[in-house]
Amino acid sequence: MTRHPHIEIADDTMRLSGDMLISDIEGIAGANVPSGTISVIDITQVGRMDTAGAWAVVSLERRIGGGGSKPMVTGASQAQAGLLATLREHMPQDAAVPSHKISVADRLEAFGRATTRAAHTAIAMTGFLGQVVATMFGLILHPKRIRWIAIVHHMQQVGLNAVPIVSLMAFLIGVVLAFQGAAQLRQFGAEVFVVDLIAISILRELGVLLTAIIVAGRSGSAFTAAIGAMKMREEIDAMKTLGVDPITVLVVPRVLALILMLPVLGLIANVSGLIGGAIMSWIELGVSPSVFKARFVSDTDVWHFGVGMIKAPFFALIIGIVGCYEGMQVKGDTESLGELTSVSVVLSIFLVIAADALFSIFFEIVGV
Amino acid sequence: MTMGDPIISVRGLVTRFGTHTVHDGLDLDVRRGEIIGIVGGSGTGKSVLLRAVVGLLKPAAGEIRVFGESVRDTPELQYRQLRKRWGVMFQGGALFSSLNVQQNVEAPMREQLDLSPQTRAALAAIKVRMVGLPENALGQMPSELSGGMRKRAGFARAIALDPEIVFLDEPTAGLDPIGAAAFDILIAQLRAALGLTVFFVTHDLDSLHAICDRIAVLAEGRVLATGTMAEMQQIDHPWVQAYFKGPRARAALVQKRTA
Ligand SMILES: Nc1ncnc2c1ncn2[C@@H]1O[C@H](COP(=O)(O)OP(=O)(O)OP(=O)(O)O)[C@@H](O)[C@H]1O
Ligand SMILES: [Mg+2]
Repeated sequence: MTRHPHIEIADDTMRLSGDMLISDIEGIAGANVPSGTISVIDITQVGRMDTAGAWAVVSLERRIGGGGSKPMVTGASQAQAGLLATLREHMPQDAAVPSHKISVADRLEAFGRATTRAAHTAIAMTGFLGQVVATMFGLILHPKRIRWIAIVHHMQQVGLNAVPIVSLMAFLIGVVLAFQGAAQLRQFGAEVFVVDLIAISILRELGVLLTAIIVAGRSGSAFTAAIGAMKMREEIDAMKTLGVDPITVLVVPRVLALILMLPVLGLIANVSGLIGGAIMSWIELGVSPSVFKARFVSDTDVWHFGVGMIKAPFFALIIGIVGCYEGMQVKGDTESLGELTSVSVVLSIFLVIAADALFSIFFEIVGV
Repeated sequence: MTMGDPIISVRGLVTRFGTHTVHDGLDLDVRRGEIIGIVGGSGTGKSVLLRAVVGLLKPAAGEIRVFGESVRDTPELQYRQLRKRWGVMFQGGALFSSLNVQQNVEAPMREQLDLSPQTRAALAAIKVRMVGLPENALGQMPSELSGGMRKRAGFARAIALDPEIVFLDEPTAGLDPIGAAAFDILIAQLRAALGLTVFFVTHDLDSLHAICDRIAVLAEGRVLATGTMAEMQQIDHPWVQAYFKGPRARAALVQKRTA
């Protein structure tokens, strides 16, 4: 059974008793001691003592000693004496932990640092993009080095496996557009324009944009996590020492697979969005599929489709580059892996939407 | 449980991964206060034995008692009480990579005890210095440490609560010879001061010579032999002979004699 530790002061002697164990040592180490009068610490009565107990004794000894002569510790068993000696050797002199407040200047500094860091990231990411593109051109000259198996594997991962979720999402978007459009257009008796509404918004914007967002969440994060985990386990360093270029092996297949598959996914999204819209128009407005088709074919400029599709490879490049770049930034700890994975998703979605806005302006100027 | 009883007792332990049997009826006793060296070729199941004893792995059969309590059948609450009384250092160090060294060493104190942050920090600083790390290591992240430093930090975490038993899985592998010798001395010192029992998985013949009271040899899924270093020389088994009488063993022996 353990006995609680206890302090007793008589004349110039401080008498400790009980078990000095880590579980209830704080009272002893922090006890008030009169300064200057005590010259002996007697631990004869102490039962068991662990390192925390020895720490308490040594800190008492130091505090009583202050600047002047240290008190004697008497009555230690051989093991306890050994432990005390170890503690005296290893205990840092000033145990005080410096506390510091966060000032306005600190916050300003943090803001400045964050800004320059963002600028550095932008520069570094552009550099990474250049490196990847250069590697791709290098591979065109040496097609034997292209990792076909890896490309096909990633095409399955990012493309084929995403077909169900992408087509379901687009179908529902088509349904919602038709439903909401119907409510408005019926007021003017302009029901049939629902076809134009659905066709233009899905083909031009929503089909590809929403597909890109889903792919960024699905595959961009997977790229970051996979490459980051390899970075953490020093696999990437191992590749470099074996003369294997991680960009060729890891980044190019992923980016290429995305560039090839995102337009396909976008096409699938367009088709299933139109189907969803057509079904809803039929149910809600009585626009029969044949009318829908006729109006769609006669009224919709093929450029709407073209504008949407042109954007797809660029979105793919953004998602792939951001995902792989963030993966390469992972340091040794698991925390940074999680953090960078979420950064990767947020950043790639943001950049995709920003690029979409730029494309809108561009196509407006070009006039298609 | 009386003083004479073994602090760890393993009876008829069988562990399997799929069809691969690692231990097949393994028996082992560890006495209170001793440093027992566990040796055996790579893949003979030293780490698996350690994991089974601390309850991380459910054996297929057999009984494991630590402090007289069966590790397998103790309810969760009691297992927690047991767990407080031992510290484990895994082969890879297994530091929490998102915490710095100080927070790693404080982690067991934070989980098991109700100490003020100042006390915790003071105790962590002492433990870190005791294992021979410089003070500035306290604020460093595990990924910024060298392999040997990581081992030391892992050991500091294992002894954070002054446990009764420490399980060490190859703590000196990957350390420089001076560091390894200092580690041995440290273990011996702490044993003397704290009355530790040490379950010491190692390949280091110097450590075996220097600090182990007894040695248990694992081979063929069981403990082939236990005994002192001198007794190991007498065992008539090819692996044991090769291990304890090979050129490295002789060098370690000579070194010890001249020391
Ligand atoms: N999680 C696991 N799943 C499947 N097999 C395992 C697992 N862990 C260990 N093993 C197998 O159990 C056997 C013993 O492994 P263990 O890690 O205990 O070896 P060891 O004696 O510690 O070797 P070393 O000296 O190299 O550390 C090995 O054959 C290993 O393949
Ligand atoms: Mg092992």
